[in-house]
Amino acid sequence: MRVALARNVIALGSASLVALTLAGCQQSKPQENTEGPGLQITALSQIDPNGVNIPTPPGATPANPAGNGNASCRPVSLAFAGALTGANNALGINIRNGSQLAIDQHNAANPGCQVQLKPFDTGGEPQTATAVAPQIVDDQFTIGLIGMVFSGETKATGAVFNQAGMAEVSPSATSASLTDNGWKTFFRGVANDSVQAQSVGNYFKNTLKAQKVCVVDDSTDYGLPLATSIRQALGPIANADCALSVKQGDKEFSAAVNQIKGAKPDAIFYAGYYAGASPFVQQLRDGGVTATFVGSDGVKDPEFIKQAGQASKDAILTCPCGPNTGTFADEYTKKYGKAPGTYSAEGYDIATLLLKGIDSGANTRPALLAFVRNYSGDGVARHYQWTPKGELTSNLIWTYKVR
Amino acid sequence: MIHQCVGLVTCQAADVSFNLTGLWNSFGQLTIDGLAWGAIYALVAVGYTLVFGVLRLINFAHSEIFMFGMFGSYFCLQYILGFAPDGNAYNVGIGPTVGYLAVAMVFGMLVSGVAAVGVEAVAYRPLHKRNARPLTFLITAIGMSFVLQEFVHFVLPALLPDYGGPNAQQPIVLVQPKIQFTVFGADVTNVTIATVIAALALAAITDAVINRTKLGRGIRAVAQDPASATLMGVSRELVIMSTFAIGGVLAGAAALLYILKVPQGIIYSGGFLLGIKAFSAAVLGGIGNLRGALLGGLLLGIMENYGQAVFGTQWRDVVAFVLLVLVLLFRPTGILGESLGRARV
Repeated sequence: MRVALARNVIALGSASLVALTLAGCQQSKPQENTEGPGLQITALSQIDPNGVNIPTPPGATPANPAGNGNASCRPVSLAFAGALTGANNALGINIRNGSQLAIDQHNAANPGCQVQLKPFDTGGEPQTATAVAPQIVDDQFTIGLIGMVFSGETKATGAVFNQAGMAEVSPSATSASLTDNGWKTFFRGVANDSVQAQSVGNYFKNTLKAQKVCVVDDSTDYGLPLATSIRQALGPIANADCALSVKQGDKEFSAAVNQIKGAKPDAIFYAGYYAGASPFVQQLRDGGVTATFVGSDGVKDPEFIKQAGQASKDAILTCPCGPNTGTFADEYTKKYGKAPGTYSAEGYDIATLLLKGIDSGANTRPALLAFVRNYSGDGVARHYQWTPKGELTSNLIWTYKVR
Repeated sequence: MIHQCVGLVTCQAADVSFNLTGLWNSFGQLTIDGLAWGAIYALVAVGYTLVFGVLRLINFAHSEIFMFGMFGSYFCLQYILGFAPDGNAYNVGIGPTVGYLAVAMVFGMLVSGVAAVGVEAVAYRPLHKRNARPLTFLITAIGMSFVLQEFVHFVLPALLPDYGGPNAQQPIVLVQPKIQFTVFGADVTNVTIATVIAALALAAITDAVINRTKLGRGIRAVAQDPASATLMGVSRELVIMSTFAIGGVLAGAAALLYILKVPQGIIYSGGFLLGIKAFSAAVLGGIGNLRGALLGGLLLGIMENYGQAVFGTQWRDVVAFVLLVLVLLFRPTGILGESLGRARV
């Protein structure tokens, strides 16, 4: 018995060895079935709360931080506050880099007005942010804040800046309730979550003309509320048979794909991050689901394409964040050796508009605050002008397409 | 983009549904998918069960051995077989694909096997020599699990560019799942077929090795009574080492099958939950019992898929563990019983 088994094992072993050698010999450059050049995320258009495309008006040129080169000012500084370390530091670094680029361009062009950017690290934690905020307002040279980055830390610290009368322009805090706190100093440089939900919901109805949408979330603090409000915005179009919550960190979705296949939707919305979205969209496509895939801003990351490959093709991504375009993107890439990321353009735009205020003679906290309140101008990402509450007057969401 | 639930009531968990028609309508598909998934659990579960049988140790680092297997297979595909990472499938034809996958699997098995034996030599053998208490072993196992994870998270990127780190590896997809045939309304893909066949073959070989070879007899002897086995001339050290090696090798094979299904899954934390599930599968089938681990794995994979269909996808893990609790309530030693120690296998 044992001899027979040993013989079998040897036979099996040598057979597989032969197979391996064969496979090894055949090795050459494998054929790739890619279609043309690599995919990338490209900006489509801005959409309004009715979900209708709003083309950028022609002739809108982004404000230039360099100004006219003749500015003179007393030494002042702007602060940046957000996560520079920790698990979620990517956005903070994108924004800080964008702002720093604007400041450098300004200082190089204006020898008579040197503005310093003081970065403060909150780690993205509200607790840390409450310790950082007093340091910012206690520095008499600091007259404006670019930040905070996340909604939680913004909520925890808004009152401090309100009391100090310091303009706080957030490039990325999107929780809708932030502007309901009565703060006179808070301005939001992007559209908020409820606008996003409404716009994206209507985008399905009015632009994609979808009759049946599967809204899938990743059960996170980010994905679940977004999906819930989009389900509400969609109403009966959001199909209840495929309103799925997948588990965060899950990468195997056969049951979900199965359920979606059964529902036969026109479009799918995924509220979550790219780590889950990429295997999800791949398994959907492998499973034969061809419905339009729409992802939330957490999916808008180059990793999404890297991981999902051709399956990500034609996916539409929605984001309050604007595209990094034009000379800004080139300069950024030159300075940092990598392409600008999500909210880099907002960081650049907000620093630029604060610098314009300083150049125009608004060298104190009250003066700069008044300047921001009355500001109206174009940036790289969008037009900036605020309502008295601190929301943008034109609340638009950007759409992107993978192609 | 990253929220901390600022004063919103919408942050509560999604509702649990009870959708029996969904289960009924796609019963066949759920079974097939669950079977393929369960086959992977089963292979990983063997590693837990064998080590438990021989050492009475729950080797929590086994999930990281599996993770090493994923990286090993990936490394082989990229550097030895020359496939550049790309999100798109290569689809080089069935013959070569099977060949490449076999090579990658063998390499993954090698990496996992060496890693498993290495962990045993570095972490467990010294404890064993000092007659440490079982709790010490357990804590060491948990510690090793973290060490291996963080190694891939932080150290590997410095050793090998583009490996490890916080993001998943860019996938190398050799073959796209394609539907081959349909049974009972269930689509069976080439990946499913490959997974199930490979897993069953490996399970059969392992079963034969444990039950029919001298090495297997040694393992069973040590499991049953270490002292007597040593007196009868069985080298305990050798048996322990081979047990870890067998478990590691199977985890490496499972790793390749896993990345075949989920090419985006190669990440430092990618083994953790799967390891816990595989361990549950081992307990479900009766820990210490080889066939129990295989059965438990398949059963867990299938039941988990049914549970997802009935209660909603986010309840997948809950279903798995509730099932485990229910089975243990009525059969505390698992479905087939804890039998490695009683020479029943």
